[in-house]
Amino acid sequence: MPGSEAGGGTDVRHPAHIRLAGIVKSYGGKRALDDVALEITAGTVHALVGANGAGKSTLGKIIAGAIRPDAGEMYLDGQPVRWADPHDARRHGIALIAQELALVPHLSVMQNVFLGIEPRRIGLVARQRLARQYGELVERWGFKLDRDAPVGQLRLADQQMVEILRAVATGARAIVMDEPTSSLTHVEIETLRTMVHDLRRGGTTIVYVSHFLDDVVELADTISVLRDGRLVHTVPAAEETEASLVRAMFGATVEAQRAETPVRAPGAVVLEVRGLRRGRVLRDVSLSIREGEIVGLAGLVGSGRSELARAIFGADHAEAGTISVDGVERRVQSPRDAIRAGIAFVPESRKHDGLFMELSLGPNTTIAHVRSIASKIGVVKRGAERAHARRLITEHSIAAPSPAAKLSTLSGGNQQKVLFAKWLFRRPRVLLLDEPTRGVDVNARAAIHRLINDLAGEGVAILLISSEIEEVLALAHRVLVIAAGAITHEFAADPPLADVMEAAFGVDAPEAIGA
Amino acid sequence: MTADPPGAAPIAEPASADAAAPRRLRIRAEHIRDYGVLVAFAVLFIALSLGSAPFLSSSNLLNILYENAPLGIIACAVTLVVVAGNFDLSLGAQFALTEVCAVEIAIHWGVGFGLVTPLVVGAGCGLVNGLLRTKLRVNSFLATLATSFVYVGAATAISGGLLLSESSNTFLALGRDSVGSVQYSVIVFVALAALLQFVLARTVFGRFCYAVGGNRDAARLSGIRVDRIVIATFVIAGVAAGIAGLIEASTTGSGNSNDGTTLALQAIAAVAIGGTSIFGGVGSVWRTVVGVLFLALITNGMDLLSVNSNLQPIVTGVVIVAAVAISSLATAEGA
Repeated sequence: MPGSEAGGGTDVRHPAHIRLAGIVKSYGGKRALDDVALEITAGTVHALVGANGAGKSTLGKIIAGAIRPDAGEMYLDGQPVRWADPHDARRHGIALIAQELALVPHLSVMQNVFLGIEPRRIGLVARQRLARQYGELVERWGFKLDRDAPVGQLRLADQQMVEILRAVATGARAIVMDEPTSSLTHVEIETLRTMVHDLRRGGTTIVYVSHFLDDVVELADTISVLRDGRLVHTVPAAEETEASLVRAMFGATVEAQRAETPVRAPGAVVLEVRGLRRGRVLRDVSLSIREGEIVGLAGLVGSGRSELARAIFGADHAEAGTISVDGVERRVQSPRDAIRAGIAFVPESRKHDGLFMELSLGPNTTIAHVRSIASKIGVVKRGAERAHARRLITEHSIAAPSPAAKLSTLSGGNQQKVLFAKWLFRRPRVLLLDEPTRGVDVNARAAIHRLINDLAGEGVAILLISSEIEEVLALAHRVLVIAAGAITHEFAADPPLADVMEAAFGVDAPEAIGA
Repeated sequence: MTADPPGAAPIAEPASADAAAPRRLRIRAEHIRDYGVLVAFAVLFIALSLGSAPFLSSSNLLNILYENAPLGIIACAVTLVVVAGNFDLSLGAQFALTEVCAVEIAIHWGVGFGLVTPLVVGAGCGLVNGLLRTKLRVNSFLATLATSFVYVGAATAISGGLLLSESSNTFLALGRDSVGSVQYSVIVFVALAALLQFVLARTVFGRFCYAVGGNRDAARLSGIRVDRIVIATFVIAGVAAGIAGLIEASTTGSGNSNDGTTLALQAIAAVAIGGTSIFGGVGSVWRTVVGVLFLALITNGMDLLSVNSNLQPIVTGVVIVAAVAISSLATAEGA
């Protein structure tokens, strides 16, 4: 089977840069990849797309040596290769830019780029030569970065740029990018796209793993679609549209769902925030959210949008301001106080602030309200916990074998659903959502949008923060714009996209995004 | 937990028995990490049973428990500290301090006070450690390293550097008397291990320990009072050190401020050998018990096999490295 695929398309004089045949990978009896064959032409952008759990990330990591396949062959420039580890792949010119960046935060940009390959003289780092090499590198690829800035202080997109520079500095001829845009803002995504174009122009092969279809359609030369671990097809990008990709990813049955804003008479004010202040981050912010209302909050990274949610939730200390829920002023000095006041918070980073990767699914969903499934003396009732977790698994269609499954084994979209489930064990009065659909696929995203609408329908007051203006506009009944720690604009339902963008991003930004 | 998915076996039987068989037998890296210490313990136990006739006698086995009761108690309690993401290097010093206090108070104030004081002193020492960690944000490794000097110093100051002794029968009962052939101290060890296992595995508090050690930020955002949990683990460890110190004082009838110098490190070695992550968030008390017994068997086995006692620590050290390396390699592979 693998042989027939390989024999057909291979041009003998120009072997594919990377060729895979019959790749199989299983995890605990479940096939993540099943007999996948692929040819990647040198100097092209080859996208791997698929839903969560389709196997696209696994395939990308196999190419870069981060995961070893159970079976199958791989050829680099026609020569059979088998990577022992990612370093092995890197020595042969294949670099991986993983979702979790592998940089040393305290070292500078330049030090990170040349980490381990510093030019040396009698065992010491030759500083001048290092600076010269860095200069050449930056000039060649056209990246602009402060070379002496500690990497930990850079924006995510710039950190990715450092990783990419690092890859080309080590002589990578192929770069595998795993979900590179999942944590980026619009403007940053544009920067990344430019980088990818520059790399391709320089002859670098890019394997681009993503479920953001607009990215893929825009960037790729060739697209391979995976579904349930199998290759659906590989076609030139010009022949695909977002709609055709969605059909290929999910089969003909599922269409991309669009969330609909429910029409609902506004109820009484549930959340009332007055004069919230925190240093220069939040300057006298006031807002109110009514029962069943979804209020969108748009703004740049650093505008105070996440900080506002954290301060309302008591995660960060506020110097002044009052918070009332259902007309009663509550003292919120810690998340515990906020939870008791009926406020729930889905944080931006599920991995850092939301979930316990080493614990199983059950405890992750009950942790915020575990006392309610425990006896008086504090013994957790396991039966109740399992039943509860099972109910949530079904209710939110979380793809997990059982409540005992370790959280780290679930896909990003399913982890995000668990994060929601954690706060829906008890219906909150106020739900603060910071980037609720970051890093999840089209289907999970639609499910989460439906959930947000349903919760609003039940009367929950929702604050929705998203760097995707479209998401805010699709869901919110009212949109607030925050800039430099203060609310600057307010729009009623369905404001024109351009107006909100201009308010949130300033005058220049819309042009950059439209490009 | 580790069983094949139900339904795998019946499907395999008629058609492709050969394809399914190797999968069922395959030992995965995570199994080595999770159950490797049990296998190693079992192998060592069987080897010693075959290699040395006196090993399997109930008196030898009880003696192993008896000799390791103080270490076991401390190791079980420090497991909670480690799971919640911290270290406690001061438990050996607390052991010495509580031991000296027990004897000193028993001499001057009466045996009753002598039996209670170590627990109070241990709780106080733990509270200080916990406050240093949470309120002053001192790294637990350094905080408890520093307090261990203070606690040993206090012990020396109280005893004046002398060996204190108290030989009333009531005071010696805990360390020396027994129910049938089982000493009180063994009963205390077993009961405490069972209690701590239950607390960590089944209670809300235990759940919070895992949460705090696994992801401190997420724990806080889940409404957990992180500082309280951390302080509580240190206090529990301190009380356990007090119980262990009391047992030691009662066994020897004396208080010596030089006791327990390696105890904290041995306890942490036992925790690590058992497979509890020293980075927090993963582990359990039963693992630590196995770790303690594993270390004890090595020593006991070498005694029975007449290994030169000067060489014994070297063997112990090598075994610790091997055990921890195997589990850490298995973890890396599994991840």
